[in-house]
Amino acid sequence: MAVNTSASQGVFQNRMARYYGLFTVGFLGFAGILLLLELFAGLDTRVIGWAFLLMTMALYATIGILSRTKALDEYYVAGRSVPAIFNGMATGADWMSAASFIGMAGTLWLTGYDGLAYIMGWTGGYVLLALLFAPYIRKFGQYTVPDFVGARFGGNTARVVAAGCAIIVSLAYVTAQVVGVGLIMQRFVGVDYSVGVILGLSGVLVCSFLGGMKAVTWTQVAQYIILIVAYIIPVAALSIQLTGFPIPQFSYGVALQNVDRLETDLGLRTTTDSPVVEGKQVTSGFIPPFNEGMSNASAVAAVRQVNNQFGTSFTPPTAQAIPDASKPELGDWRGTPWNMLALTFCLMAGTAGLPHILIRFYTVPNVNESRMSVGWALFFIFLLYFTAPAYAAFSRWQILQNVVGKPIAELPSWTQTWTSNGLIALRDYSTIEGAAADKLPTWMRNNVTANSVAFEDANGNGVVDLGPFEQVDERTGRAGEITGTSVTERSIDGVLQFNEFGSSAGPSVDGDLVVLSTPDIAGLPFTIGAMVAAGGLAAALSTADGLLVVIASAIAHDIYFRTINPKASLQTRMWLGKIMIIVAAAVAALLALPRLALITQMVAWAFSMAAATFFPIILLGIFWKRANGPGAIAGMIGGLSVTLIYMIGNYFNPAFNVLGITHLGSGIFGMPVAFLLCYVVSMMTPAPSIEIQRMVENLRSPFENDDETARIVAAAEGKNAMSGGASSMH
Amino acid sequence: MSDPKNMSREQRAEAYWRENQRLITILLIIWFVVSYVPILLVNQLNAIVIAGFPLGYYMGSQGSLIVFVVMIFYYAFAMRRLDEKYGLNVK
Repeated sequence: MAVNTSASQGVFQNRMARYYGLFTVGFLGFAGILLLLELFAGLDTRVIGWAFLLMTMALYATIGILSRTKALDEYYVAGRSVPAIFNGMATGADWMSAASFIGMAGTLWLTGYDGLAYIMGWTGGYVLLALLFAPYIRKFGQYTVPDFVGARFGGNTARVVAAGCAIIVSLAYVTAQVVGVGLIMQRFVGVDYSVGVILGLSGVLVCSFLGGMKAVTWTQVAQYIILIVAYIIPVAALSIQLTGFPIPQFSYGVALQNVDRLETDLGLRTTTDSPVVEGKQVTSGFIPPFNEGMSNASAVAAVRQVNNQFGTSFTPPTAQAIPDASKPELGDWRGTPWNMLALTFCLMAGTAGLPHILIRFYTVPNVNESRMSVGWALFFIFLLYFTAPAYAAFSRWQILQNVVGKPIAELPSWTQTWTSNGLIALRDYSTIEGAAADKLPTWMRNNVTANSVAFEDANGNGVVDLGPFEQVDERTGRAGEITGTSVTERSIDGVLQFNEFGSSAGPSVDGDLVVLSTPDIAGLPFTIGAMVAAGGLAAALSTADGLLVVIASAIAHDIYFRTINPKASLQTRMWLGKIMIIVAAAVAALLALPRLALITQMVAWAFSMAAATFFPIILLGIFWKRANGPGAIAGMIGGLSVTLIYMIGNYFNPAFNVLGITHLGSGIFGMPVAFLLCYVVSMMTPAPSIEIQRMVENLRSPFENDDETARIVAAAEGKNAMSGGASSMH
Repeated sequence: MSDPKNMSREQRAEAYWRENQRLITILLIIWFVVSYVPILLVNQLNAIVIAGFPLGYYMGSQGSLIVFVVMIFYYAFAMRRLDEKYGLNVK
């Protein structure tokens, strides 16, 4: 880095810092004005919802248009001019998706300690990224991850396999984002889920369509600012209300203690000996570890939804519910750490191997900036991740204290709003007293379908009439016109039990709603809620942006230009890229219609796949010179296959498992297979060429890329380089 | 170790890579311990409660994360020193 460029970089960095400082002030001012209008002028909540939506979208579009570009370098790698700290923010936004923003706190709410696998996994992975990948990817200095695989493993086959893996991984990931967008739109602007999906995607398209990586990067910086502000404000307000201390990350110890106490008081804590491992215990509750049982409930629900949406008639698998923690069954691995260890490891390795994150390190000016940039990225991510457990703890405390165990008539008013939105369900049978027989709530109809309750309109008046509870036989109860195994004294007593506070799908709340509901739980004005929604949207859109760029470039750059038609002009490639962005967005929207799983779970699939494909191959590519093309291809295909087999098998049938590891951590089986195959096949086939070995040496050397490096890379790339990439390297 | 100034470009690159690998190995060991030992010992750690936080829960939700952030910045600074020592940009 010569002196003059470093000085001009400093000026550039200061100018951008000023812009984004003004932007932050402007955003807070805008939110403040809406807040005042709401409090003093009674502005309609729908207007506020739309105002936030349109304002943020218009902002992203403006940044997208201002930084639109036709230059190849800017389109794919933002001109390699993004300073480390801004690249850190952009990586943060790219990284923190709907899963982090709205899903993670909910997962923690539901699963307690076990959910921390996501917190540790999604931060610890950055250590691997910083130590093992980022500097070398920057040093290599091309455009895409398949570019690296293609050059290092010498050939188009490796490149195409890598492009295929990138597409599969990114599609699973982008689908989860689209689900998040749909949920947010549904809650805050009151549109239909599918309309919400389309609205949200058009926002994504504006950014990624016009300006490629450059527009995406600078939009993501803005999105980071919005999402972090929106994330921290509600939980800080809750913390002030409950503990008098404004920094929730330090004060939620109190919440943890209260959750612990309330769980004991409400009888939610049980401890049982594990039937599988002697000496292990299963303790239910928020803080005790390893008590997540396995079920295929989401698979069953997903198959039903596919049938509903597309008119198909697949047979759902036989439902296997999570056995009660107080009665674990044989084959139930609760109480052991294996699943948590496997999931944490997959999330870490997947983090380092995800293409949309790796390409971010092509955009910084040099190798040293790439190392700093990982540090900044993790710092900005850390700000959100060490807040998420506070969300979960405060929210759970409030629910256990003010909602669970209370008579339904005395519940806080927000529960009414959320019930009428269909976002939560109060599953006590007393709530259906007097309901019209043809308008029963969804959860009641589901219980009827599942044969746990039957309703018979004995007096023929067309409404549900309840009577005093009577025990019919050992397992069945009756109360007036309803009879069944789920009718118990507690289930009709008009008091909300913990397992009656749920969604229409089941006896636990939809974890994806925890963050969105926190402003309501804290009794904050709607404006704050709308701001959180804008933040969630920013998180989902920014990640979707980055992922769509990966999918589009995998097809337009790696498969079409590098493999099929190396003579394609710049124009053709960029147009093809844009068409591919639209196609990928449409496919993602289609996949998002049936909600296959919780958002975090769908994202975990993407990580498991990346952990079993890109992670081993890129690692060996940098640290083991002897690894060659056939080895890499065998490794990627083998790793992906094993992962997918375990994933699909366990998703539909939880009895198919090893050591109680769920489908989320399936990469733990694929990854060793990928390493082993890559090693064995590489050793059985000839060593890579001298040119490729020299390229690997160059990646590791401290010297800046110079003309000689360009020549080495070009030689390693062979004929591919004649028409592309290397000529535009600096 | 001899002075990098007296080495050829190849020798310098090799020595640099060796030092880099050593640093990576040490940091990876720390990473591994900080990531997985708290999971294995969570029940024992949870017996210790500081400011309302059971230690096992705290490690997973904050403690390990802080170590990760510090480690990455440390690596960036250490490598910058190493770059200077081995003559970055000396052509």
